[in-house]
Amino acid sequence: MTTQAKTLSSTAVKGALVDALKKMAPRYMAKNPVMFVVLIGTVICIATTGIKIASGLSFGFELITSLILFVTLWFANFAESVAEARGRGQAASLRATKQALVAFKKEGSEFVKTEATDLRKNDVVRVQQDEYIPADGEIIEGVATVNESAVTGESAAVLREANTDHSGVIGGTKLLTGEVLIKVSDDPGNSFLDKMIGLVEGAERKKTPNEIALTVLLAALTAVFLIVVMTLPALASFVDVELNYIMLIALLVCLIPTTIGGLLPAIGIAGMNRALTSNIIAKSGKAVEVAGDIDILLLDKTGTITYGDRQATDFIPAQGVSKDELIQAAYLASVDDPTPEGKSIVKLAKQNKGLDESYPEGAEFIPFSPTTRLSGLKISNDEFFVKGSGDAIHTFEEEKGVSWPNNLNAEIGKVAKQGATPLIVADQDRILGVIALSDVIKPGVAERFARLRKLGVKTVMVTGDNHVTAGAIAAEAGVDDFIAEAKPEDKLSLIREEQAKGHLVAMVGDGTNDAPALAQADVGLAMNSGTQAAKEAGNMVDLDSDPTKLLQVVEVGKQLLITRGAMTTFSLANDVAKYFAIIPAVFASALPLMSTLDIMNLGSPQSAVISALIFNALIIPALVPLALRGVKLKSNSAEKILRNNMLIFGLGGIVLPFIAIKLIDLVVSLFI
Amino acid sequence: MFEIILIMAIAVALAYPLGRYMTGVFSGQAHFSDRLFNPIEKVIYRCIGINPGVSMTWKSYGVAFLLSNLVLGIIAFLILKFQHVLPMNPDGIGPLSWDLALHTAVSFLTNTNQQHYSGQAQLSYLSQGTLIVTLQFVTPAMGLAVCVAMLRGMVGGRDEKFAKDGQERDLGNYYVDVVRGLTRVFIPLAAVVALILASQGVPSTFKGAQNVETLDSQSEVTEQTIPVGPVASMVAIKQLGTNGGGWYGPNSSNPLENPTPVSNAVETIALVLIPMGVVFLAGGMVRRKKFGVMSFVVMAVFSVSFIGLTVYSELQPNAAFNELAAEGSNWEGKETRFGPELSALWGTLTTQTSNGSVNAMHDSFNPVGGLMTRSGMLINGIWGGIGSGFVNFVIYVWIAVFLSGLMIGRTPELFGKKVETREITLLGSLIVLPTIVLLGFTAITVALPALTGNSNPGFHAISQVFYEYTSAFANNGSGFEGLGDDTVWWNISCVIVLILGRYLPLIIPLAIAGMMAKKRTIPTSKASLSVESVTFGVTLVAVILILNFLSFLPAAVIGPIGEALQLASLGVEG
Repeated sequence: MTTQAKTLSSTAVKGALVDALKKMAPRYMAKNPVMFVVLIGTVICIATTGIKIASGLSFGFELITSLILFVTLWFANFAESVAEARGRGQAASLRATKQALVAFKKEGSEFVKTEATDLRKNDVVRVQQDEYIPADGEIIEGVATVNESAVTGESAAVLREANTDHSGVIGGTKLLTGEVLIKVSDDPGNSFLDKMIGLVEGAERKKTPNEIALTVLLAALTAVFLIVVMTLPALASFVDVELNYIMLIALLVCLIPTTIGGLLPAIGIAGMNRALTSNIIAKSGKAVEVAGDIDILLLDKTGTITYGDRQATDFIPAQGVSKDELIQAAYLASVDDPTPEGKSIVKLAKQNKGLDESYPEGAEFIPFSPTTRLSGLKISNDEFFVKGSGDAIHTFEEEKGVSWPNNLNAEIGKVAKQGATPLIVADQDRILGVIALSDVIKPGVAERFARLRKLGVKTVMVTGDNHVTAGAIAAEAGVDDFIAEAKPEDKLSLIREEQAKGHLVAMVGDGTNDAPALAQADVGLAMNSGTQAAKEAGNMVDLDSDPTKLLQVVEVGKQLLITRGAMTTFSLANDVAKYFAIIPAVFASALPLMSTLDIMNLGSPQSAVISALIFNALIIPALVPLALRGVKLKSNSAEKILRNNMLIFGLGGIVLPFIAIKLIDLVVSLFI
Repeated sequence: MFEIILIMAIAVALAYPLGRYMTGVFSGQAHFSDRLFNPIEKVIYRCIGINPGVSMTWKSYGVAFLLSNLVLGIIAFLILKFQHVLPMNPDGIGPLSWDLALHTAVSFLTNTNQQHYSGQAQLSYLSQGTLIVTLQFVTPAMGLAVCVAMLRGMVGGRDEKFAKDGQERDLGNYYVDVVRGLTRVFIPLAAVVALILASQGVPSTFKGAQNVETLDSQSEVTEQTIPVGPVASMVAIKQLGTNGGGWYGPNSSNPLENPTPVSNAVETIALVLIPMGVVFLAGGMVRRKKFGVMSFVVMAVFSVSFIGLTVYSELQPNAAFNELAAEGSNWEGKETRFGPELSALWGTLTTQTSNGSVNAMHDSFNPVGGLMTRSGMLINGIWGGIGSGFVNFVIYVWIAVFLSGLMIGRTPELFGKKVETREITLLGSLIVLPTIVLLGFTAITVALPALTGNSNPGFHAISQVFYEYTSAFANNGSGFEGLGDDTVWWNISCVIVLILGRYLPLIIPLAIAGMMAKKRTIPTSKASLSVESVTFGVTLVAVILILNFLSFLPAAVIGPIGEALQLASLGVEG
């Protein structure tokens, strides 16, 4: 999916060019005050050309000006169309998988075959092995493994189960094993995906708050230039100069911020697209915009920072026991154990070269039972290996008169301090040592938190663990702060507390008990694997169910604003050179001494105006790729980012048009 | 050159402690000046019926400001219109015409002091010594009060710590702020400056005009009438309060208003003293001294470069006289006592500070000098008028914050208060306002030649008209002169420009600050924009330059720039 997004086929470009023509309708243009002024200027120029042709006067200059103005409008609309086309392309590729699916809908006790498109919210459907899931929904009964690669691109199967935090399924994905009942979560056309498609399409797209503010500022600047240009003839007539109004229209169009005006919608749509490229479905443009301001991120420990299942990470022998002895015993105590913990002990033990993997004859598994609270392997009545928690083993061995080694309690304490769970291994006459079981932190988490920190986002981990364990994991994962022994409702109050201090808080969650917190947070990123309640409450859904995805969201939000700011600065800075090109040209015929101001030494007044106009028109498509890609976030320090952007778009914006207009003029002069 | 540096150095050295002192006066905490002034102020509050404990929201503060101006304006108009039947008129001066009275009343009410009358000949002692001097004291205090209220709003108001989000905030008490400004800042400072000026020979008397015999009994004129009066006190507040309206028509180029090099230095320092002090006051009020320093540096960059260019320009001969006998500096319209350098310094500072007093004719400056004085007024935020100057500066700061906030990827905020659509809409109206007023009125006036009354044709005439409106809009009051401006058209159109230029740029930022005060304060983090950084300072300079350049370049091209090119070409042709 990501690869499709990056390139744009030539048919798509053609489509966008046609679409851009349709957008010339004044009703549509009126939404964008800057381009609306250009439209009016274009109409006047075309009318003038018509009148000149009709009355047999020379009309070359007017015709060329009209054409360039028309192309300027077209390019501006094209930018928006291209962005929309890309968004539609991405969304459609997600939606395409949903087409032509069959569902078995529950009606009474029967399951009736229906078209997936006829499913309504709250319908219940049955999905069996090797069938496709017909619609987004939540498993209400059963367990299944699902291949979600069609949507997320991740080929490994994922486990989805009713009544857990992983009950959400996506339409169009394939059920690999199991049989489930799914409750459909949306009416057709109302899914997150449909909403997302609406956000990238012009007709339904609502401007985000910052986009509105910028539009107002651009409208004010446009008004300033309108006044400047409209009062000019009166001033000029006082010094007996008659100004050519086609040149004045050209001056006006060059001065008003057409670059940012033309690209503004495209930048907004492209921001949403970039979120979608990262497999994040945002429910509103505002949420993406706000993401750039997030300064606190709240995450659950389990399932987000750690895998959530404890795995063996170390063997610590008791006094007088060799490590090999302990590992061998731990292996045997776990070799028949089907739990993930037992499997992880076997896996770790196998890394020891001296391990004897032969299975003792006649051995018998001692399963975990609530009364003994230990498990192991019985070889004979007086030969066995067991493992269990400290007090379980203590009670078990004390009965048999086995003594407790001296150093053991200290080792147990050490393990607990590192955030791990100690498991004691013993045989019939000795306590052999400790296995450390740790909640393993997902790879790459610490780096991503470090990057978030550099972007000014403080990460806070929330866990039900005790302080010692939570502190150890927090240190290893590199989170800035943690709340230990937290109850689910603590998340909500913590968010409220931080918001009252003025912070903008993001929350990542998947469980139903996360829903209030997700709703309260400024950015609530719900995992797609999570419950329907969580997904409803959040304002974004991550299809990959990757909690560190927030980093991308923050970057997309920042890029969105930076791109707007940079292009506005660029657009304004460009005006300096345009003044120096057009003002001397406007006065050239009447006041020859104004040629001193023509520091670019342009060919003729007409070629100067045409060159400035051509630059003004071409810069829009030239910047479309940047608008779609977004200005890169190269640095983390706010001041450095500002300095870089001021140098590139401010200073560059002043210098570039001088060079470009001069070069265009050299070409244009050949024809005029 | 040495004198220029000395004058500026003294001004900065005095402005810093003044700013600290004013911060104490307005920050609401107990202050050492309380022991002396509290009893006096109590009496004043009782006399005008004010409860100093009442706090005001931006709306009530703004209404109090506008109402007090309306009342003062009506009184001023009536006194000027009926001065011939009122007391204190030993020279039997007649009434002003209705339009001139209106213009004069509004001009002084708006702290502009644009004069379409000739001071000593057309105003009675009551009008000049009482009414005008009162307005010269009160109006800068009013401007300062609005500025202080805006600064309080920018950091959430005086009740920031207890108030809830979205609740209207307490921006202070307007009347208390005005009275405190008067008693603790303007009156004491003016007393000191008036004493120094009187010691230099500036008249300070209530006697009528003096009739004297001329020294040269051979000349045709044997007797001369010299108007005198309480000149020193008026000149002191004229300079200190960014007023600019002098006792005499020729203002501080008249030897009785500005007799010696010392008086000239003192008056020049007094021009910028309080406006500079306000910058440090601002840093104190928002509890970010570095912000004050950044603002000071940005203003200083503009101020120093404008002074440098003007001084350089006035040291050049008038280009039209090239290849004629005249060598050396441009002496036209300058007092030989002061010379081009000190005239250029005064001219630049008086236009930057919205003061408008003159010690030379700006009309006769070389085109670059004329452009600099004009630019100072257009920017209107380099030092600027008392209070109003810093308010204007903050408008630029907000716009720069909006752009740079976007460029670092955050929704823009200043001091933790977000700049959103409502604020941007109001700021947008302030961007459009000067263009529509200045270019609009200039265009109308030059399009109807019967209205202009110019003394010059061509580019210079456009410059004159534009300068007159710019001076009115910036509440500066200096004239390019050479304009027959006591006509109904000039009086009425200037009244409109004066009012638009004074009240909208004060009330709208007050409203913006009031709206921002209500918002939740966003804590600063590493990712926040630092408005105290060099990068932001440079961005701010660029925003100020580009906005003004883009708005007013074409008008400058057919004004001073065209004129400069024309003069240069004339010179070459000989």
